[in-house]
Amino acid sequence: MRAIVEVTNLAVAFPDPAAGWRRVVDGVTLEVAEGEAMGVVGESGCGKTLTGLAVVGLVPEPGRVVGGSVRLDGEDVLAADERRLCALRGGVAGFIFQEPAQALNPVKSVASQVTEAARLHGNAPASRTSRLAASLLAEVGLEDLDRVAHSYPHQLSGGQRQRVLLAAALAAGPRLLIADEPTSALDTVSQVKMVELLQTLHETRRLSLLFVSHDLALVGRVVGRITVLYAGETVEVAGRDALFRAPLHPYTQALLATRPAEADGAPRRFPTVPGRVPAAREWGAGCRFAPRCPRAFDRCRRARPGLTELPDSRKVRCFLQGDAEEANG
Amino acid sequence: MVEGRAPAILAARGVSRRYPRRDGGAGRAGAAVIALDAVSFGLHRGEIVGVVGRSGAGKSTLARVLLGLEVPDEGEVLYAGRPLREMTTREMQRMRRSVQVVFQDPHSSLDPRQSIGSILAEPLAVHGVVPPKRRRERSLELLASVELPAEGDLLGRMPRELSGGERQRVAIARALACSPDALILDEPVSALDASVRGQILNLLLDLRRRTGMAMMVIAHDVRLVGHLCERVAVVAGGRIVEEGAPAEVLGRPADAATAELLAAARWLETVPPAGARPAGGEPGG
Repeated sequence: MRAIVEVTNLAVAFPDPAAGWRRVVDGVTLEVAEGEAMGVVGESGCGKTLTGLAVVGLVPEPGRVVGGSVRLDGEDVLAADERRLCALRGGVAGFIFQEPAQALNPVKSVASQVTEAARLHGNAPASRTSRLAASLLAEVGLEDLDRVAHSYPHQLSGGQRQRVLLAAALAAGPRLLIADEPTSALDTVSQVKMVELLQTLHETRRLSLLFVSHDLALVGRVVGRITVLYAGETVEVAGRDALFRAPLHPYTQALLATRPAEADGAPRRFPTVPGRVPAAREWGAGCRFAPRCPRAFDRCRRARPGLTELPDSRKVRCFLQGDAEEANG
Repeated sequence: MVEGRAPAILAARGVSRRYPRRDGGAGRAGAAVIALDAVSFGLHRGEIVGVVGRSGAGKSTLARVLLGLEVPDEGEVLYAGRPLREMTTREMQRMRRSVQVVFQDPHSSLDPRQSIGSILAEPLAVHGVVPPKRRRERSLELLASVELPAEGDLLGRMPRELSGGERQRVAIARALACSPDALILDEPVSALDASVRGQILNLLLDLRRRTGMAMMVIAHDVRLVGHLCERVAVVAGGRIVEEGAPAEVLGRPADAATAELLAAARWLETVPPAGARPAGGEPGG
């Protein structure tokens, strides 16, 4: 199947007074096939957001991609100039963020923001823009369209704002939607609705999805495959069902164990992953998960495992998987 | 929980709160959003109560009214049986010390320019509960009480150097500085990773066991309060629509708002069965 996103061994670095350039992402490999829904999961600080931004050439200053390759719809994002990147953003890949209040312009009406993307890409004549905005706002499930279209972001609820942002992201007809924690600022009822909406868009528009979230179970409701990131690198890639049934990496196993228990009201302690994600300056020579890993042995502390390909397009970065090799560099 | 015993630490009696409508459009004078509609609620010594509801249901307004940060349009708030509006400045100070609050996002509730040490020392100085010479020692005790390393090194760090979970522990430590009788926690874990949430919730369980402090935990996710609390109040449309033991309220929801929250929580926690809605499918070939 043709890939719409191909990220291989990505490294992103930021200037660090102590170390010149410090890699904060180092070893992310991620592939999204055309029409596929891929989840990217990991705790805060694992590199999920930077990876999503790198796909559309938006690594924030003063950060820089210092290694690996990024291809979007076959095009080399790292070599593309700003004009090409502008065409790719919106036209090929739309983007929605965790906090829609910050992504929307507070002094522009909803309708004008939704049509802006379409105008930028020259797809809609001026006479059609308001009709286009209305149909997009309806497609993302907003009600009371006339009022919403003439509202400003502060007059809407969080869930409505996220839908407006989504409508704007779809205005230029992208083939890929990158959704970075699109539900984290919403209450549980709105979370369900947003996830169902993404599912619907994925199916009706044949929209490829890159769904970034710290919540493995939630991502599992939408995507067919999942890429698990830990401390700036890809540690596991698997089909959703295989991943939930038989996670191979100890980090994936730990994440699955922290899913909240049933809401039955019985008092009990909450499951956790002991420890925390190490900061980039704390990465050692060994496996970055070793300090938290219940199954770590000598080799894990000495050498860093490479990302090993397994049957069924699975990948895992762990010495416990028989023929795992060491990462070079 | 039973009326007629010692008065509740905090109580709302028939409290209503309205905000002027700001949806632009009509902007007619008099039109108002009803944030709280004749709500009665009590937080009693030593109990842990969950307040759940959707965004905009009125949960945070209830907390702000109980804390005296907002004055209700109708009804009355009482601290230890005494109406807030009759309290003297000194009584108000005492209440401010004995009722503490922890907000959702430790990123914005901790001053980014203050070191952890000065964040923790500030309430000790403001309320004069610990002499200056003992403040450092007390700060280290506070770090230990929230299971952070009780080292001088951490006191010198800035909030941005800590993870989200560590920052929320600092916010809780600051709330504990004056040994309060009650803690109001407004969405204490919703800005945190799923993996870190459990750590903070377990810390709250431990703190309550150790100190017997009363807690009011506000959340939109019923999964959290179900396992944490002895009593749950469900808020919708500015009213408490249902209240009782979690097993009862969550086991046999009587109100549509409760049922909606439960259905969402169940949906979110359920791993879809293998093969269900293979969105995009596995790449097999």
